[in-house]
Amino acid sequence: MNSVQTATDVLIAVEQVHKSFPLPDGKGEFTVLRDINVTVRSGEVVALLGRSGSGKSTLLRTMAGLISPSQGRVLSNGKPLRGANNDVAMVFQSFALLPWLTVQQNVELGLEAQGVPREERRQRALKAIDLVGLDGFESAYPKELSGGMKQRVGFARAFVLEPQVLFMDEPFSALDVLTSENLRGEIDDLWNAGTFPSKSILIVTHNIEEGVFLADRVIILGSNPGQVRGEVVIDLPRSHDRTSDRFKALVDYIYTVMTNPDVEVTSAAPVAVTPVVSVPRSPYAQALPHARSGGISGLLELIVDRPDGKDDIPRLADRLQLEVDDLLPILDAAVLLGFAEVSQGDVQLTSIGQDFATTTILRSKDLFQQQALQNVPVLSSMAQTLREKKSQSMRADFFLDLLDEYYPHEEAEKQFATAVDWGRYAELFEYDASEDRLYLPEPAIAQIRENV
Amino acid sequence: MLRRTFPSPEALRRLPFGLADVAVILGTLLLLALVARLGAGTLVSFQPPDVVPGIDLDPRNLPYYAGRSTLRMFVALFFSMVFTLIYGYVAANSPRAERVMVPLLDILQSVPVLGFLSVTVTGFIALFPGSLLGLEAASIFAIFTSQVWNMTFSFYQSLKTVPKDLDEAMTLYRLSRWQRFTKLEVPSATIGLVWNAMMSFGGGWFFVTASEAISVLNQAYTLPGIGSYVAAALAKQDLLPLGWALLTIAIIIILTDQLFWRPLIAWSNKFRLEQSASADAPESWVYDLLKAARIPRLLGKALTPVQESLNHLLSGLAPAPAAQIKAPNRSSDRLYNLILLMIVAALVVTGVHFILTTVGIGEVVTAFGLGLLTLLRVTALLIFATLVWTPIGVAIGFNPKLARLLQPVVQFLASFPANFIFPFATLFFIHTNISINWGSILLMALGSQWYILFNSIAGAQSIPTDLREMATDVGLKGWQRWRRLIIPGIFSAWVTGGVTASGGAWNASIVSEVVSWGQTTLIATGLGAYIAEATETGDWPRITLGIGMMSLFVVGINRVLWRRLYHLAETKYHL
Repeated sequence: MNSVQTATDVLIAVEQVHKSFPLPDGKGEFTVLRDINVTVRSGEVVALLGRSGSGKSTLLRTMAGLISPSQGRVLSNGKPLRGANNDVAMVFQSFALLPWLTVQQNVELGLEAQGVPREERRQRALKAIDLVGLDGFESAYPKELSGGMKQRVGFARAFVLEPQVLFMDEPFSALDVLTSENLRGEIDDLWNAGTFPSKSILIVTHNIEEGVFLADRVIILGSNPGQVRGEVVIDLPRSHDRTSDRFKALVDYIYTVMTNPDVEVTSAAPVAVTPVVSVPRSPYAQALPHARSGGISGLLELIVDRPDGKDDIPRLADRLQLEVDDLLPILDAAVLLGFAEVSQGDVQLTSIGQDFATTTILRSKDLFQQQALQNVPVLSSMAQTLREKKSQSMRADFFLDLLDEYYPHEEAEKQFATAVDWGRYAELFEYDASEDRLYLPEPAIAQIRENV
Repeated sequence: MLRRTFPSPEALRRLPFGLADVAVILGTLLLLALVARLGAGTLVSFQPPDVVPGIDLDPRNLPYYAGRSTLRMFVALFFSMVFTLIYGYVAANSPRAERVMVPLLDILQSVPVLGFLSVTVTGFIALFPGSLLGLEAASIFAIFTSQVWNMTFSFYQSLKTVPKDLDEAMTLYRLSRWQRFTKLEVPSATIGLVWNAMMSFGGGWFFVTASEAISVLNQAYTLPGIGSYVAAALAKQDLLPLGWALLTIAIIIILTDQLFWRPLIAWSNKFRLEQSASADAPESWVYDLLKAARIPRLLGKALTPVQESLNHLLSGLAPAPAAQIKAPNRSSDRLYNLILLMIVAALVVTGVHFILTTVGIGEVVTAFGLGLLTLLRVTALLIFATLVWTPIGVAIGFNPKLARLLQPVVQFLASFPANFIFPFATLFFIHTNISINWGSILLMALGSQWYILFNSIAGAQSIPTDLREMATDVGLKGWQRWRRLIIPGIFSAWVTGGVTASGGAWNASIVSEVVSWGQTTLIATGLGAYIAEATETGDWPRITLGIGMMSLFVVGINRVLWRRLYHLAETKYHL
């Protein structure tokens, strides 16, 4: 990537990987990963950071050999990967423990598969259990353990295999704040002490602070389709001091990059935003951020109380205890609707946004409608379609079909649900779920409102 | 060293066997002796029509007969389990086999098992000439076909819904196919499999009793068992032995529940996929006893090396899949589909040709008309059972204390073989001059209505308390309360009950549309009676036509009605 590496140094190399899935009804393909090149070298911690839709989980599974790439190849220890990758062990977000096996049996699982004799298995498992601090829980069943302890078992199960690279798939995101903080710290200590059971770590996360805290290198993935936007080298002495100015600057920078899909990622200082010329596309091809109308107005009301209607995004995320995956779509929606602007890791309300956040419900709905018609082509297109119909209504399938052209069916349904939520809130149209039809709102209601 | 020489007082107190161990040893010996005694009876000489085992109506023989029937049930259960594991595994793991095996399962599930008896009895007798084993096997096969499809479906479904993360973990940790099967796939299917097996086993009593004394191809066969005991009492018009048989079957059902199913369910609870401890785990005193005893554990420990090397061997035989699944080959897939279609078409043509050349199109129309009549009966039954049992079930379900008390009772009633009550009902019909055309509805209901009650209770229990409080709070009463809260709340449970009840009723129609008391035989007009009569006289074309027609009815109604209701339940009325 940024420097030439000797071949022996590289543990896993992803070369020109594309991954696409067929769309339903043979409508072509949906690209999840495009032209990915990533390496994991010996002795480093690499974080894959991206928003939902960036394919970070798919990339991790491709590197683990659980998914095969459509094009390109993955090299592990210099050899092309075929089937599950022997050199890695994975820690799962959901722990993936077998509930009917004890802690020890769960940890021994991988060794058993390798045909390691029973006594040796026991010794090694006990050592790994000891390492994660679960001494005394060997014969407990997972359901007797708290979430944090379950994930410790997950770590022990991976450690016992002494893999070249330890893969972690959002390992702390299913835990509560304190537990995840504690476990993350312990893993970091173990790595810094130089006794870690693997040569490298690759962690997938959507928590920016977590990435900066744990990793030596943060690879930032862009969405739709997933691609490598660049990487940020965390040039801090281990362990990374959260209170240092450089740490904060790095977090701020990554927030800036992640809220501006068009910014080029460089390891150095931030660069000015270069607006890209948008190609005219079908209104249905432009993905809506999955945010509920209620979430949008809620967020705006929080920000409007800050001085100048401006807030620092990392601070906001921290205050709301929201992960990037949950917060950024709401911010995106606010930006898309013209209620807010985002720059340098800050969010600033526009005058319309300030108005929207402070006015009455009825007026804010009008504002929402006005902004939606102006800025969200899919909503105006849907309303237009309904107006053109004699019955002033349309089957939902019609719109779903249009969306199906551009997204896998599941995503198309989510897009539709978001569009319906916004359209309902904006009173652009109504949706009858039992009939599966969209209607124009009855004028009577509008009249009653005018009389009020 | 010292510690070894002088065991702690605690260890001394626990040495070496406890009362639990004595109980376990005695229980095991008793079980072995019972099986040996009962099993010997299956090998007696049998040369129809001269040497046929008789039935002694002395009630002292009842435990022996009941034992024979029970043994048959367990043998059938064993075979069902083996079949389930193999069929389910293949169907879930081979996309091509899946395309044949799953629809086939769907159809087999709808075929009336009792109509099959004629085919299987003749086949099995030919297979074991001169031994009672042939009849024994036919009876076991009847029970097998009544319970296996349910279990196979449950296993297949569990295999298809293994959580993705666990599946990935097993792949990444390179478990062999065998290890994956024993560590992930079977355990995650266990709870569903045990529940389904228990429910099917309950239904199996009906078939064991029905298959022990049957007339096939103008030949009456009797297999010693509680079912043939009832049949003999029936022929003699003797009520007292009937009463004894009723009592015996009740005791047997309770015993198998306490000694076999409860412990199994208590044990299977550890295979729950939820990662948190469940509030009320099922309990069983037998399971507690087995856990308290030290012998099972000692045995287990002694066998660990054997198990270990066996696992190792089998893992070697079924290694982890080397490469990833390749993308399906489109053209060879199309060819495969085409061949399948041709085979199905050939089978249908052969069947239709056979029926048309032997009995003609007129007979098909007759059979269809009879099918409509039986359909009317099934529908009437469902409506009445719903009207009667749903309010009662909801009342029970809303009262947790009552529900806990009555649920085992209802479960017991559901597994009680309804054909034991038939003689009493028949007597009643004869004395009150009720036409069997109406009476058969009652007979069919005797077995199947409990599913509606059972599921209504479960459905009512699943309605959250806050919704009920809300309904009271806003003043919903009477019909309003039913329409807005209760009916939508219990809808999915009712659909489950309805589909089971309707399947059971179709099957039961074969024995309920023809009933007899001594010399008097009452015959209703319907497809069930049609099949029963054809079976008795060995009229192959009519047997084929009758079974085919009934299967068509059941499959058709499943597609047209139940599947839609299921969909509605899942999308709209999901709580």
